[in-house]
Amino acid sequence: MTALIEVTGLSKTFGGVHAVEALSFSVDAGQIYSVIGPNGAGKTTLFNLITGIYTPTQGEIKLNGEMVVGLEPNQLAERGMCRTFQQMQICMNMTALENVMLGRHLQLKSSFLTTMLRLPSLLKDEEDCRDHAVELMKFVGCGEYLETDASAMSYGALKRLEIARALASNPKVVLLDEPAAGLNGTETAALEELIKKIAAQGITVVLVEHDMKLVMGISDRLLVLNYGRKLAEGTPEEIRNNPDVIAAYLGG
Amino acid sequence: MLKNFLQMRLKGLVVLAVIVLLLPLFFNNPFHYDLATQIAIFAATVVGLNLLVGFAGQISLGHAGFFGVGAYFSAVMTGTYGWTPLPTMLVAAVVVALLAWLVGRPILKLKGHYLSMATLAMGFIIAIIINNEGWLTGGPDGMSVAPFSIFGWELSSFNQYSLFGIEFGGDVAWYFFAGFLLLVAVWIAENIIDSPIGRALRSVHGSEIAARVVGVDTSYYKSLVFVVSAVYASLMGSIYAHFSGFITPHLASFEQSIVLITMVVLGGMASTFGVILGAVVLKLLPQVLADFQELEMMMFGLILMLTMIFMPKGLFPTLQNKLAERKRKKSEEQA
Ligand SMILES: Nc1ncnc2c1ncn2[C@@H]1O[C@H](COP(=O)(O)OP(=O)(O)OP(=O)(O)O)[C@@H](O)[C@H]1O
Ligand SMILES: [Mg+2]
Repeated sequence: MTALIEVTGLSKTFGGVHAVEALSFSVDAGQIYSVIGPNGAGKTTLFNLITGIYTPTQGEIKLNGEMVVGLEPNQLAERGMCRTFQQMQICMNMTALENVMLGRHLQLKSSFLTTMLRLPSLLKDEEDCRDHAVELMKFVGCGEYLETDASAMSYGALKRLEIARALASNPKVVLLDEPAAGLNGTETAALEELIKKIAAQGITVVLVEHDMKLVMGISDRLLVLNYGRKLAEGTPEEIRNNPDVIAAYLGG
Repeated sequence: MLKNFLQMRLKGLVVLAVIVLLLPLFFNNPFHYDLATQIAIFAATVVGLNLLVGFAGQISLGHAGFFGVGAYFSAVMTGTYGWTPLPTMLVAAVVVALLAWLVGRPILKLKGHYLSMATLAMGFIIAIIINNEGWLTGGPDGMSVAPFSIFGWELSSFNQYSLFGIEFGGDVAWYFFAGFLLLVAVWIAENIIDSPIGRALRSVHGSEIAARVVGVDTSYYKSLVFVVSAVYASLMGSIYAHFSGFITPHLASFEQSIVLITMVVLGGMASTFGVILGAVVLKLLPQVLADFQELEMMMFGLILMLTMIFMPKGLFPTLQNKLAERKRKKSEEQA
């Protein structure tokens, strides 16, 4: 079996800063794969490289065996990759539901003429899209916000909304960048359940998270970054007992 | 029943239709019809421009250029070459669509706000061409335009018509025709906004990066909405030319582009009915302040600035919010 995501010799430098350096790892389909590391370790940069927002300085990224370096984020979305952001990216000029419906963009193929005249085929598509989006909002626990403007929602709800939007694109793999940041204990517990439910649907989850309890509890494998380099990789058990990791995390 | 109506998707369109129909009750001379027709034409233009500026968050500083190309294409082709107005207007729209695509596509692939600069330059070039090619356009003196006709039925402000035994002048006929076009323009704009394409457009404004990761080809959609708004301007430019019967290069000028943008910003970006209000206010203002004609541009600039500072959402949405707030307070007091 080939890995779903395969990263080889990946580097990204900003001026003199090596944000990601000579990084290789792979994520198998169906896993919950977490990337951890101290602030500035290069986790978000790695996500930006994988999702086509940055172009690597060097290295290869394969998705399902296909070389995807140089593809635009929207082309990667067509290939089943979607993500959320550490700095939440919500369209505040839309309702919550519309944000999730936006996630179904690639499934909706009405022509401009059909749209302009609002022909019956569009109405049918829109109804299906709406139903699907409503379902997803309930799935992530945003059911009460259907017609709410995104700008009127709480931080925690928006974090879940962003996940719903990512799921709406029918992804094979979702990358979640610090979904628990800023959440309280109850919200984090709910998030943990949510991530498990997502994985249970067969969607591969790549997770960046600082909450160690959460990460160690749900991950199949972990990648530990330090100054853009791989410090360790393995199962939660292996990571917990890895002397380098212990030194980096406890020894400072 | 009122509640059902308020929840209706196209309630705004119904209200607008009623206004268009009832407004003539307040008109008592041809000048009123003339002004209202102009307002409807410009309102329809900015309804299109708002798709670009208000909904997709892109700035065009050359939209009067598209309006001008539509107007002059129709004027020249129907006048000098004897084409029929309706097909000519459609050909003009296709020409403008191609022009907008050629200007917009490469620019909108770049990151950043280059569209405003490109459209600024394009607008100037169009105005210069219209001014300089006097053999074709009459130059700065302008040119007269043949009346509009639909399927052989001539629509001229100077004609008299009778329908179901009612006699009315061409100015009245033009008013209702322009009102009808405005309703169609609004209907199409609302259809676009409330659709997958509309969400893609709005997401470009809301969060371009979010749009891209869910699969929206944002540079394509930016170009698309630019073309659509340009086609709106071109069609309305053609209509305006036939309506007024005489056009000058002023309608393609930079000042006109600023007037259009000011209508959008003042009325309310991303509010279809707001920008119509913007067109009404900015078309009426010069009538009220006829003595200050030289200061018109300065005034528009001032309005633009003051709106952006004190009412960034624009007139209509601000009023809407105020009303909603008052309603909420009232119900709270009652409770
Ligand atoms: N666009 C950029 N331009 C310049 N430097 C950048 C850019 N993006 C990231 N960096 C630098 O790259 C390094 C890694 O940053 P990154 O955001 O990937 O870290 P992170 O692991 O996500 O940290 P955190 O846990 O704080 O989110 C940092 O030194 C950062 O300053
Ligand atoms: Mg980060």
